[in-house]
Amino acid sequence: MVGTAMVSAAMASAATMGASTISAATADDLWSQLFNFDNYGELVVLLINSILAGAVLGLVGGLIGVFVMSRDMAFAVHGISELSFAGASAGLLFGVGVVQGSLVGSLIAALVIGILGSRARDRNSITAVLMPFGLGLGILCLALYPGRSSNKFGLLTGQIVAVDNPQLGWLVVIAVIVIAGLLVVWRPLMFSSVDADVAAARGVPVRGLSIVFMLLLGLSVAVSVQIVGALLVLSILVTPAAAALRVSSSPVVVPVLSVVFAMVSMVGGIMLALGGSIPISPYITTISFTIYAVCRVIAAVRTRRGNPGGGRTDGRMLSQRAGRETILSP
Amino acid sequence: MEEPVLSLRDATLRFADRTLWSGLDLDVHPGEFIAVLGANGSGKTSLLKVILGKNELSGGDISFLGGPVTHGNRRIGYIPQQKLADEGTPLRARDLVALGLDGHRWGIPWPSKKRRAKVDGVLAAVEASEYARVPISTLSGGEQQRLRVGQALADNPRLLLCDEPLLSLDLAHQRAVSELIDRNRRARKIGVLFVTHDINPVLDLVDRVLYLAGGTFRIGTPDEVLRSDVLSELYGSPVDVIRTRGRIVVVGTAEAPHAHPDGLHAAHDEHHDPGHADEYVREVKPL
Repeated sequence: MVGTAMVSAAMASAATMGASTISAATADDLWSQLFNFDNYGELVVLLINSILAGAVLGLVGGLIGVFVMSRDMAFAVHGISELSFAGASAGLLFGVGVVQGSLVGSLIAALVIGILGSRARDRNSITAVLMPFGLGLGILCLALYPGRSSNKFGLLTGQIVAVDNPQLGWLVVIAVIVIAGLLVVWRPLMFSSVDADVAAARGVPVRGLSIVFMLLLGLSVAVSVQIVGALLVLSILVTPAAAALRVSSSPVVVPVLSVVFAMVSMVGGIMLALGGSIPISPYITTISFTIYAVCRVIAAVRTRRGNPGGGRTDGRMLSQRAGRETILSP
Repeated sequence: MEEPVLSLRDATLRFADRTLWSGLDLDVHPGEFIAVLGANGSGKTSLLKVILGKNELSGGDISFLGGPVTHGNRRIGYIPQQKLADEGTPLRARDLVALGLDGHRWGIPWPSKKRRAKVDGVLAAVEASEYARVPISTLSGGEQQRLRVGQALADNPRLLLCDEPLLSLDLAHQRAVSELIDRNRRARKIGVLFVTHDINPVLDLVDRVLYLAGGTFRIGTPDEVLRSDVLSELYGSPVDVIRTRGRIVVVGTAEAPHAHPDGLHAAHDEHHDPGHADEYVREVKPL
C-alpha cells in the first residue's frame, strides 16, 4: 500500500508541474500540454527513475520481441497483458501492490497460453478467450477500489511519470532475470522457434524451452504494464522487433536494432512527456510506430531495387520471388 | 560388408489395435540409400519417429550404431517435410545451416573462424554458397530445402532421415535436392532412409526400396519390389506396375484393402507421372 501511495503522490506532483487544463483549448495551450520544457533540467533529475526504468524496459522489450516475432506470438502478448492488468488491479484493490499483482496475473496467463496453446491456432483462441476475461476482472477490481481514479486509468494506458525506488528495484531485478534467461536459452530457443521438429530431433528440449520462454515473456509483460499500460504493451514488446525484422535478417543485427528502437521509443517518449500533462504512452507509441513506418519504407525501397534484406546483390531476387509463388504448397 | 548403422529386428509398431507393420527386419548400411514407400498411414513417418526415439516399438529390437535409439541423437540428421520459413525469421541461409551444427548448445552463438569455415564448407556441399547471406524467408522452396539438407549434414550424421523432402518442389529442384543427398551419402558414407510417395525422382539413385502396405512390407532393389506380382501380393489385390520411359507408375491400388490410421478416406496415390503438375496437386491435397 505504501508503494501505491507514493505512486499517487508522485503522480500528483507531476500533474501540477504539467500545469494546464484541457478546457483552454487554444493551440498554444495544446502545445504546452504536449511539450513543455520549462525547468526541464530539474524535471529530469526528479524523474531520473522513470528514465532509467524506460531504458531497462527498452532492453528487455527489444530482446524478447525478437522471439515474440519469430514464434508468431504478438496476439498472445496482448492476452497476457490483459491478465496482467487484472492482476495489477487486484493487487491495488487488495493492497498487495501493483507490481506483485501484475506479475502474478501475467505469469498465470503466460503459463496457461503456453501449456494449452502449443499450436498457433489453439493459442489464438485461448488468448482470445482469456483477454476479455482478464479485462473484465480488472475493471471489476478497479470499480471496487476506492482510491484515485487516474491511478486506475494508468494501469491501462500507462503511468504518467511515477516510478519510485522500490518499483525501480523490482523492474531491474525482473529485467535482469529476463535478460539472463534469454541469453542462456538464446540459441536453442531460436532453433526451436524456427523449426521445432528438427530442433527436437537434435536433442533440443523444445517443450521445456517453450514454457521457459512463456515465463520470461510473462515477466517482461508484467514490467511493461507498469510503464506503458496494459493496452500499449505491444508497442515495446512487438513493434521494435517487427521494425528491425523489416530491415535485417541477421541474427546479430536484428536484436541490436530491436533494442535500440525500443530504447529510443521508451527513453525518448519519457523525455518528451516529462513537462506535459499527458501520459507517456502516446509519446512512446508514436515514436515506436514512426520507427516501424520508416523501416517499412526502407524495406519497400530495397525490394524495389531487388535486394530485400541486403543480402543478394546480383538482381536474381525478383525472379526468385516469382519462382516461389509458382511452387505448389502441400 | 560394413556394420549397419541402423538395424531393426522383428520390429512391430502397433497403434491401439491396428498394426502398422510387423516382423520388420531392416539393416541400413553406411552409404546406403533406401527409399521408404507405402500408402498414407502405412507407417512410413512412424518408422522415422521410432528411429528418432519419439515412438517406441511395440515389439522387436532396434539399434543405431550398435546402441539403443535415444531421443535427440545427434548422429542422426533429419530433414522434415518442406515448410517455408515465415517472413519474421531473423536468419540468413548460413545461420540456418549453423543451427544444424550447434543450435542445441546453450547460450548465444559466438563467431569463430572454425565455425565459419565449417558452415562455409556445408554451404558449398549443398551448392548454396551464393545465397549464404540472404534472409531465408526470401529464398525459394528449392533453395530452402537445399539449406535443410545442409543443416542435416552439418554435424556429420551417420544416418539421414528424410521425410518427403521433395514434396511441393518442382521437377528441377526435386532432382537437384535428390542428387545433393545422393552425392553426400556416397562421399561421407551416410545411410539414408528416404520416405517418399513418389519413387521416380530418386529411382536411379536408390539402392533398395522398403515398401510398407497393409501391415506388412517388402524390401529389395526397385526391380525386385516394384513389380506387379510382388505388389499385388502385398496389397492382396491386383496391382499393375507399368514402366514407361524410365518412370514407374503403379495402377490399381486405390481399391486395395488397407486400413488408414485416422479413418480418413485416402486415395492411394503412390506413383504417378509427376510431369502432370495439376494432377499432382489434386492427388496430394486430400490427404
